[in-house]
Amino acid sequence: MTATTAPTTAHGDGHSHGDAPHAHGGGHYTSLGLDSRKIAIWTFIGSECMLFASLISTYLIYKGRSPEGPFPHETWTNPMTGEVFKPILNIPVTSASTFVLLMSSLAMVLALAAVQNRHVPKVTTGQKILGSSKLWLWMTCLLGIGFLGCQAYEFTSFIHEGLTIRTNLFGSSFFTLTGFHGAHVTAGVIWLFTLLAIDYKRGLQPEDATIVDIAALYWHFVDVVWIAIFTLVYLIK
Amino acid sequence: MATIAAAPPYTDVRPQAVDNSVWSWLTTVDHKRIGALYLVSALFFFIVGGLEAAVMRAQLMRPNGTVVSAEMFSQLFTMHGTTMVFLAIMPLSAAFFNFLIPLQIGARDVAFPRLNAFSYWVYVLGGLFISFPILFGLAPDGGWFGYAPLSTKAYSPQINMDFWVLGLQILGISSLAAAFNFITTVINMREPGMSMMRMPIFTWMSFVVQFLVALAFPVITVALVFLQFDRFFGTNFYTIAKGADPLLWQHLFWVFGHPEVYILILPAFGLVSEVLPTFSRKPLFGYPVMVYSGILIGFLGFGVWAHHMFSVGMGPIADAVFSLTTMLIAIPTGVKIFNWIATLWGGQIRFTVAMKFGVALVGMFTMGGISGVMHSSPPADLQQTDTYFVVAHFHYVLFGGSMFGLFAGLYYYFPKFTGRFLSEKIGEWHFWLTLLGMNLTFFPMHFSGLLGMPRRVYQYDAGQGLELFNMMSTMGTLVLMFGTLFLVINLFKSWKGGEPASSNPWGAATLEWTIPSPPPDYNFAELPQVKSRYPLWNMKGGEKLVHETTYAEEKGRHIPTAKELGIVMPNPSIWPLVCAFGLIVMFSGLLFMDTKLMVAIATMLTGSAIWIGSLYKWLLTPLEDHH
Repeated sequence: MTATTAPTTAHGDGHSHGDAPHAHGGGHYTSLGLDSRKIAIWTFIGSECMLFASLISTYLIYKGRSPEGPFPHETWTNPMTGEVFKPILNIPVTSASTFVLLMSSLAMVLALAAVQNRHVPKVTTGQKILGSSKLWLWMTCLLGIGFLGCQAYEFTSFIHEGLTIRTNLFGSSFFTLTGFHGAHVTAGVIWLFTLLAIDYKRGLQPEDATIVDIAALYWHFVDVVWIAIFTLVYLIK
Repeated sequence: MATIAAAPPYTDVRPQAVDNSVWSWLTTVDHKRIGALYLVSALFFFIVGGLEAAVMRAQLMRPNGTVVSAEMFSQLFTMHGTTMVFLAIMPLSAAFFNFLIPLQIGARDVAFPRLNAFSYWVYVLGGLFISFPILFGLAPDGGWFGYAPLSTKAYSPQINMDFWVLGLQILGISSLAAAFNFITTVINMREPGMSMMRMPIFTWMSFVVQFLVALAFPVITVALVFLQFDRFFGTNFYTIAKGADPLLWQHLFWVFGHPEVYILILPAFGLVSEVLPTFSRKPLFGYPVMVYSGILIGFLGFGVWAHHMFSVGMGPIADAVFSLTTMLIAIPTGVKIFNWIATLWGGQIRFTVAMKFGVALVGMFTMGGISGVMHSSPPADLQQTDTYFVVAHFHYVLFGGSMFGLFAGLYYYFPKFTGRFLSEKIGEWHFWLTLLGMNLTFFPMHFSGLLGMPRRVYQYDAGQGLELFNMMSTMGTLVLMFGTLFLVINLFKSWKGGEPASSNPWGAATLEWTIPSPPPDYNFAELPQVKSRYPLWNMKGGEKLVHETTYAEEKGRHIPTAKELGIVMPNPSIWPLVCAFGLIVMFSGLLFMDTKLMVAIATMLTGSAIWIGSLYKWLLTPLEDHH
């Protein structure tokens, strides 16, 4: 450990850094007493906010600008062929998938709590269920996959209805925005499966809470972004 | 009375036996070595960008020049801008971030040493990716700001702009990774006494810059993603016939592009704020105001982007708002100028080469700032936009500002980097030739611009009064090339043969000067604890203000190794390099999208497998051995 083995005369209180109350993150001294990875994930999330802000703004700026359909909320008749296109967005299905994603955040919270409280004795069945990090990580992953499944269904049905990423401005901006979000969910699912693999291999201990915590922060962020997308793209006409 | 708790116990300037094998450089995670890699690569690209400019000036020396074709000229100005902004000035700043931030805040390394190596490798591989095509006449040719729809497939069907779109995307990853790293480092790795308002100004300005990078780069990432999708997958983001807004790219680009201007200048401001106090033997005048003005510049920097777009006709309200914010941002910038002058006022000035570059920045940047604030008035801007007047303006701030600041930093910190001084004698030649060459090149451009000479044209006719000014600019470029030659000679000569330097050869005040030159791999044998902004200067009485050490005093003292001190250092790792390589392979797959779809997909899958695999390898290997 760098801090404890180095001479520490400069550290006025005479404590070695390893014993200092602010020593975290592998025993290194940090200014805030927080693990650096936690600060890094917050800066990353801040940056990601600008990414999604740009994507969402573009969608909103382009809303209603496309001369040709299909459109998200209105019926469109192709003046050349007379073909009628229904409004594209399927609000009931997306409401269900939104619910699934929100529930995955709940499961994520429970998974983190289970890792933090691994060594707390569990007596009742309820405590055992709540205390199983594997169960809640699986649950988070499956709900995430459920959301992605809904998105895959949504995308395929849109394509069948005549809207691809090339069709018009709505198609381009819609698929890019929601596709980027879906890619973030996919990355999150892979991340969670990695944690699950570690859990099976050696068991996630309370000391590992930080790595679960940063995954959870990312997961919640992706969830919050979806709430913005669902509201701005699907609910507002 | 010393203001640090304990005098540095180990002072020697000779490096210990250092592993200098190629492998050790490829796998290094030491912030000082990564800083050195950044420095050398960025200087290389600086020379490449300079040569590109020299060819352009040769073409424009006389009316109707025939040195290069119009196509080549487009590639040259595109690559000159792209190279200087993304491959020279930003990474030169990054060299100083890497080398100095941990030393100035009393840390052993950055928060994430391997991520730091990854940033460097992505930068250098991405830089080669975007630069190589010029050797085959296939370089990007749509201007450094790549305005869409001009840069879409409809108007730039060749592979040229593909290199630009993908290359910039790659370079963005490097800058973003570095930003997360340095924000975390400054927030969390400061030694116990280093409160935010005791941090050296360079670290402060760098800290502000990292926020600008973290918040501005995602916007250009999105703009580039749209362009990539338009080029490769046939989307319609920039297809006007499909209802796209022709200004979408311009807005997204400049929301990034204007903060980028401050990303380029603030590190140089930080370096000069280190150089001027040391060589005036006076604390920086108005330290808190310097910090606040830096933050304010960063903040306002996000609110002025549309002044790059006055000529597109945004309407009187938008024009008025952006005109006002642009005038406003001149205030914190002006405050800095006055603080520097007040720092010099009444000081015991020593005109070293570093100081000369520092003082020259104050003058040259002010000139660029004044012509800049002229652009804030839309009616004036309409006359000046896209002429050489604008070229003159931004070279005064980028060359006279950023580069002069970085040169000042280079002469000032070279002894700390290497343990040897750069030659002052050769440095004098470098400085005076650069100052003369810069003014000779860019000052006449104010006139050719006001006479109406447009930017980015490869020829102009005789008889418009442009001959003299263009001849002067080309001669100036020649002088600049000689000046840069002196820098190169100086670096080569002084790297091994320069005069040896002590740990604090300039009598400077901040933490990085308490440790040996060059610093040992662990930087600080023990965690320092500063009690003031100027730990090496006795600020409260005492017989001597400045504690300056000499090489003779320190010669022959033993510097213990990390092992002797029992300090566990991060293990070297090749995975950041492999990961960066995989990323480049993945992006290059898109180049074959139109011609050979299967090759494209295979390349992208291979690249993804490489970078994801090495990322796992990297993250699952602990940074240090267990202790």
